[in-house]
Amino acid sequence: MTMSDTHKTLLRGAKPLGGEPRDVLIEGERIAAVGTGLDADGATVIDAAGQILLPGLVDLHTHLREPGREDSETVLTGTRAAAVGGFTAVHAMANTFPVADTAGVVEQVWRLGKESGYCDVQPIGAVTVGLEGKKLAELGAMHDSAAGVRVFSDDGKCVDDAVIMRRALEYVKAFDGVIAQHAQEPRLTEGAQMNEGVVSAELGLGGWPAVAEESIIARDVLLAAHVGSRVHICHLSTAGSVEIVRWAKSKGWNVTAEVTPHHLLLTDELVRSYDPVYKVNPPLRTEADVMALREALADGTIDCVATDHAPHPHEDKDCEWGAAAMGMVGLETALSVVQHTMVDTGLLDWTGVADRMSVRPSAIGRLTGHGRPITAGEPANLTLLDSAYRGVVNPAGFASRSRNTPYEGRELPGRVTYTFLRGRATVVDGKLA
Amino acid sequence: MKRHLISAADLSRDDAVLILDTAEELARLADRPIKKLPTLRGRTVVNLFFEDSTRTRISFEAAAKRLSADVINFSAKGSSVSKGESLKDTALTLEAMGADAVVIRHHASGAPHRLATSGWINGAVVNAGDGTHEHPTQALLDAFTIRRHLSPDGSGAGQDLAGRRITIVGDVLHSRVARSNVHLLSTLGAEVTLVAPPTLVPFGVESWPCEVSYDLDAVVGKTDAVMMLRVQRERMNAAFFPTEREYARRYGLDGDRMARMPEHAIVMHPGPMNRGMEITAEVADSDRCTAVEQVANGVSTRMAVLYLLLGGNESAVAAARTEESK
Repeated sequence: MTMSDTHKTLLRGAKPLGGEPRDVLIEGERIAAVGTGLDADGATVIDAAGQILLPGLVDLHTHLREPGREDSETVLTGTRAAAVGGFTAVHAMANTFPVADTAGVVEQVWRLGKESGYCDVQPIGAVTVGLEGKKLAELGAMHDSAAGVRVFSDDGKCVDDAVIMRRALEYVKAFDGVIAQHAQEPRLTEGAQMNEGVVSAELGLGGWPAVAEESIIARDVLLAAHVGSRVHICHLSTAGSVEIVRWAKSKGWNVTAEVTPHHLLLTDELVRSYDPVYKVNPPLRTEADVMALREALADGTIDCVATDHAPHPHEDKDCEWGAAAMGMVGLETALSVVQHTMVDTGLLDWTGVADRMSVRPSAIGRLTGHGRPITAGEPANLTLLDSAYRGVVNPAGFASRSRNTPYEGRELPGRVTYTFLRGRATVVDGKLA
Repeated sequence: MKRHLISAADLSRDDAVLILDTAEELARLADRPIKKLPTLRGRTVVNLFFEDSTRTRISFEAAAKRLSADVINFSAKGSSVSKGESLKDTALTLEAMGADAVVIRHHASGAPHRLATSGWINGAVVNAGDGTHEHPTQALLDAFTIRRHLSPDGSGAGQDLAGRRITIVGDVLHSRVARSNVHLLSTLGAEVTLVAPPTLVPFGVESWPCEVSYDLDAVVGKTDAVMMLRVQRERMNAAFFPTEREYARRYGLDGDRMARMPEHAIVMHPGPMNRGMEITAEVADSDRCTAVEQVANGVSTRMAVLYLLLGGNESAVAAARTEESK
């Protein structure tokens, strides 16, 4: 983090969006030139031959845990993990302690993000006071604050009251906001521990039925259409949810959706181990759901990949299933899982990856300076990926403060070698700068 | 090799028959003036009970003591657990005290599996009921009871339950007894039918090796044993059924229904019974009801399990899922 703003870096032979090899010259905070045979001219030269160059990744759904649960993650450690994973911007979820439901808390998180320097932190504000679903938080004040909040979510809890949801959708139209809904009908999921299906029946764990997600999504796309606002569906996890979003989009309604890397790869069969590292909300679903989600991400029905990075201290996972916390860390493995499930399977090319992991999430969050084309004059928010790399996930090496990854010991492709945030390398040769 | 009894599904037909045969041998002890064997002398069995269950606990305690094991009863109430100690720390404490076997009853499904596979302890783990998952020794004692009653020689040694028709009635959704029995009875060759209102049948039941019926009257006439499950009155408040009386009318076993059962068929109940709910007093007190006998058989069956896990035949009980999970 010591490089001055006038420093020059030349990426030699990188493949922007997986295309033909190009030299990319970064000067100060911007891309100065993209071409072939560019003159090094005093720049630090990085041999990027064969590596994929992407716009810096943007996460719409990150739990940074600060303030309140600094034992699992802080803004600093979380943004370090983000940089290692190739992210240049993350949206920090509101379910902190205290809840990010006031201008004061979102400004605190925003300021901590500025100080971290590893990636941009855009706070998300709570929809309701204390995430309780009863009373709208001061959405306007959060928007008007230095944090400039545009995305609001009670994530972790569903805004289940139809009137509160309707009012929130209407209210944020005044400043082009969006409500990101955690779709979970609470009565249908009382005591829920895992996906409701064949496996839950055998294991005797309380079921989380697909309809609990789908019924809320159906209601909310109708509400968004009715009031002419935009709604974003967090961590969509079932084939039925895909169908509803596809239908809503076919109507021309302003609906967007995200999928997590883990829902693109893992299924509820893993719960047979009773290992709480697989406990997550929404739960891991079935193989048919995984395939539907991949297809929907490929055809654009699902707009983006969002990590739902959810750090937890070791003791909250080193216990019996019923007592364990829900959630998985994901920032440092997201791009590898997407390469494995979407690129290596032929479902998505690298232009598609850039679209789903940078361009579209930036557009939904209304971020400027991220998700931009890799051309001269653009901000140098860039991620360089060695897609030929194969490695076994070892959580001991994580930059995150938490280790609750479901991929420990699993071989995954791809490794981020460099991440640039406005021209400064936050990751150098796969290590934090 | 580490060996546990976590799920009835871990038992092969031969494993199960060996346990039942061993229990049959051990049951003869009960008729002697001195009911004790020296088999497990010097071994320590811990009853680790996170949930109140006096009948299961004393059954395991009697079983271990008749085999001369030292028994430590650890109840969560009033212990370090009620002060917030984790399952892991409790397990490490028991391990430090040298537990050869841990009999665990826990409110969370999967807790015994976790205990067996986490590396926290080295001893054998016996599942004495976990959440709404399984209760394998209950299934074993039920199978033992069925085999005794339905075999021509009164013991059934060496035999399975091939072709027998067993009906399990009641709150299958929340029942660990039903889950273990479906696995074990089907492994032993029996044809199992579950009878319950649709609200109390688990979503996903179609993968189970059994039939499902919503109509008790259609099934009682062709069954060799009817197993009545306890139905908690609280379920009514969660809209699983409209009223207690309606449940009793449609799914309870009364004298009229019992009279329509084949003459040789028995009525079973794992206890504790809700008289007037799933079973009338007339049926509960009839000589076709084996509830009390099941309790006695529970001791012999649990002796067999502890004997085979701790001292007996290597092949007696299959390795738990430990070895399979990656």
